[in-house]
Amino acid sequence: MTILKTEGITAGYTKVDILHEVNIRLKSGEIVSVIGPNGAGKSTLLKTIFGILKPREGNVTLKNEDITGLKPDRIARKGISYVPQVDNIFPSMTIQENLEMGAFIRNDDYSQRLDEIYDLFPILKERRKQKAGQLSGGQRQMVAMGRALMVDPRVLLLDEPSAGLSPILVSDIFEKIIEINETGVSIIIVEQNAREALKMANHGYVLAMGKNVLDDKGDALLTNEEVGRLYLGG
Amino acid sequence: MELGGIVAYIVALAITAGIYAIFCLGLNIQWGYTGLFNIGIAGFFCIGAYASAMITTPKPTGIYAQYVHQLFGLNLPFVFGLLGAALICGIIAFLIGIPTLRLGEDYLAISTLGIAETFRLIFNNEKWLANGARGLMGIPQPLQGLVDPRHYNYIYLIIVVFIMIIVYLLIERAVRSPWGRVLRAIREDEVSAAMSGKDIFNFKMQSFVFGAMIMGLGGALYAHATRAISPEVFTPLYGTFIIWVMLMAGGSGNNKGAILGAYVIWGIWIGTKFMTDLLPFTLKARAPYIRFLLIGILLEVILLYRPQGLLGEEKKVSKLIE
Amino acid sequence: MIELIVYGIVLGSIISLGAIGLTLIYGIVRFANFSHGDLMSAGAYVALFMVTGVLSWIGVPATTFGPLSFGWRMVIAFPVSMLAVAGVAILFDQILYRKLRQKGSGVVIFAMSSLGAAFILRMIILILWGADSLFYKPGLMRPALQLPMGIKIRPDQILILFVVFILIGLLHLFLQNTKMGKAMRATADNMELALVSGINTEKIIIWTWGIGGAMAAAGGILYGIDVQLHPYMGWNFLIPLFAATILGTIGNMYGALVGGLVIGVAQQVSTAFLMPTYKPAVAFIIMILILLFRPKGIFGENSK
Repeated sequence: MTILKTEGITAGYTKVDILHEVNIRLKSGEIVSVIGPNGAGKSTLLKTIFGILKPREGNVTLKNEDITGLKPDRIARKGISYVPQVDNIFPSMTIQENLEMGAFIRNDDYSQRLDEIYDLFPILKERRKQKAGQLSGGQRQMVAMGRALMVDPRVLLLDEPSAGLSPILVSDIFEKIIEINETGVSIIIVEQNAREALKMANHGYVLAMGKNVLDDKGDALLTNEEVGRLYLGG
Repeated sequence: MELGGIVAYIVALAITAGIYAIFCLGLNIQWGYTGLFNIGIAGFFCIGAYASAMITTPKPTGIYAQYVHQLFGLNLPFVFGLLGAALICGIIAFLIGIPTLRLGEDYLAISTLGIAETFRLIFNNEKWLANGARGLMGIPQPLQGLVDPRHYNYIYLIIVVFIMIIVYLLIERAVRSPWGRVLRAIREDEVSAAMSGKDIFNFKMQSFVFGAMIMGLGGALYAHATRAISPEVFTPLYGTFIIWVMLMAGGSGNNKGAILGAYVIWGIWIGTKFMTDLLPFTLKARAPYIRFLLIGILLEVILLYRPQGLLGEEKKVSKLIE
Repeated sequence: MIELIVYGIVLGSIISLGAIGLTLIYGIVRFANFSHGDLMSAGAYVALFMVTGVLSWIGVPATTFGPLSFGWRMVIAFPVSMLAVAGVAILFDQILYRKLRQKGSGVVIFAMSSLGAAFILRMIILILWGADSLFYKPGLMRPALQLPMGIKIRPDQILILFVVFILIGLLHLFLQNTKMGKAMRATADNMELALVSGINTEKIIIWTWGIGGAMAAAGGILYGIDVQLHPYMGWNFLIPLFAATILGTIGNMYGALVGGLVIGVAQQVSTAFLMPTYKPAVAFIIMILILLFRPKGIFGENSK
């Protein structure tokens, strides 16, 4: 069952459009990976879904609800969380406070959720009084994801979670993402690291120059020759 | 009021507006073309006026020297007063620019404000410089002897307009040159301009100095128009704020707009005087404040609803592009 | 000299109140608020209106508390004025800056608008009260207390230090422990992420102007109690406020506190060799020196 989809999204920051009629479909409980070269508009796609950018044409649908153009704080309240690629933490605040900010829209007691997040990322628990800005890249990424998870989202949008991380950390992060998915969170992940992204994906989309180029099951794309040549580095 | 009186009044208005127009032209170079937020115009106004005053008056001697103190008095003709004012303002702008032009826009603004205030304080307190709070009087006027003193203003108006036109042509020439295009590029997007290899700092400095020199010229013309100056003339209101309103009203980035804005706003300013003359007696003392309140509100309205001013920015930038 | 330093601390604490508001506002809306000084004036004059006007009309007694120069009227007027100026600051934001935000205007346009707001406030004060200096309680003899170590300080001034301490303490607790306070810190840290987290940044902006305005009003009133009221009082604070904010690193509340005290003391100590009217110039020179040699301020490594 489709939980999130975009249809015919055309969007851009200025008069020039970056995305042209992009269609993506996320089925409930699945991981969808969006890959493609730099500048393909992958980040722009996530921002459009999350309402940071309003599309010129097309719609974004959550379950059966049209959420096109809604502002981010409304979208957050509908159960979608977004982790930007950069500037994704509150540097002067502690880890604990970052997570508390993640729970901002919650009015209930979220201490159990906090414990769950700390179970998922034990290192963060140790250092929870430390300022987030002083953490290493991998730890920051964990804080960023933890923050997004505090609302118990149904859908998680991840923008290049492996960016800037060493290979060991990359596989750590991807393991965590699978763990998160196993708790029932549907995920759209945008990635430069196409191979890893496709490995865990139920379905993959290839975007180039802001357009859909190809889409198929994750493992099918992995073995696709052209994809292999162009995006998987041989 | 008889016709002669009305005409004389209008001539006096035109002189003041013309002087303000010159200030606006100077500010337009700094802000309209380069994006420098200078809220210390009063400082250059002040220095230009004092410089010209002291260049064109003799140093007090004898008994007179006990009452009037001046740092120097060169007793040179009017033209030297103007040139000296422009030159001194240019030098001071250069010195000020060295520490401040590398700062961001907000910081530059605060710095220019601080400098203007500091200069006003110095002129007000240091009697040996220019007679402190009492100021200087008896500033000579060019071509004084030519006509009956009652009609002198006609001559001064011609002088002011003449200089205004020269300044206008000079600036127009400058901004249509490659130099001018770089300034615009800096204003539009400093980062890109820097990346294309231009030495941003030098261009900003040139613009700042050029604008300041013109402001100095305006200050000098003011001194000779009113014949007496003192530190309290060069307030943030009359010496800075109103000029900004004029430029924003007329159209920043547009030299015709600068001149138009000066005349329009000065006209509105005088117009409000007639309005407040109708006020009951008890409010009359507060009339200038009511008038300035209206000007302040006018600025906000312009910023909200027509930030490009009456004429908007000039479209054609280069003679080569048609 | 001790006297100068002591008075410098008193004055500096007043500057801190203004600087804290200024730095909080800058951290959230990202432009230099040139109307901040005049918000201080507004606070002082609203309190004046209450003390000599409203509260006397409704019959609150004018008696003063012991050695202090004020009484119940000021106790009521103080928070009312803070609230009123908070409202004024929010009003200016909603009428002016919010529209400019929606248009995506540049930093300078905001600053220019705030400059206009400063003049508007000042003209209103001049229209309503004229250009003379006024006092909350004219004609009072206010002798200084002699404390050990040669410190001379007036009872009013001790109270000023106390009030500033309490206000800053309350603000600290608010920012550290309340949900709104944390949301404000988050927004100042990373506005887009705050939006992403579902924080209503427009609401945060309103709170920020409210708090900034209230603190400014408090500073203005305290200055009025200590010295006098006149329409340019706030404008004359503007440069010291900016100097303190920049010295303490823009966006850093505790830096603004330290910056305010440093500027206050420096200004007072300078009167040992310069005329008192040069005090703003002293603040300015310090600011220029900071901008030249340590532009990020003493706590700086947070970039803009």
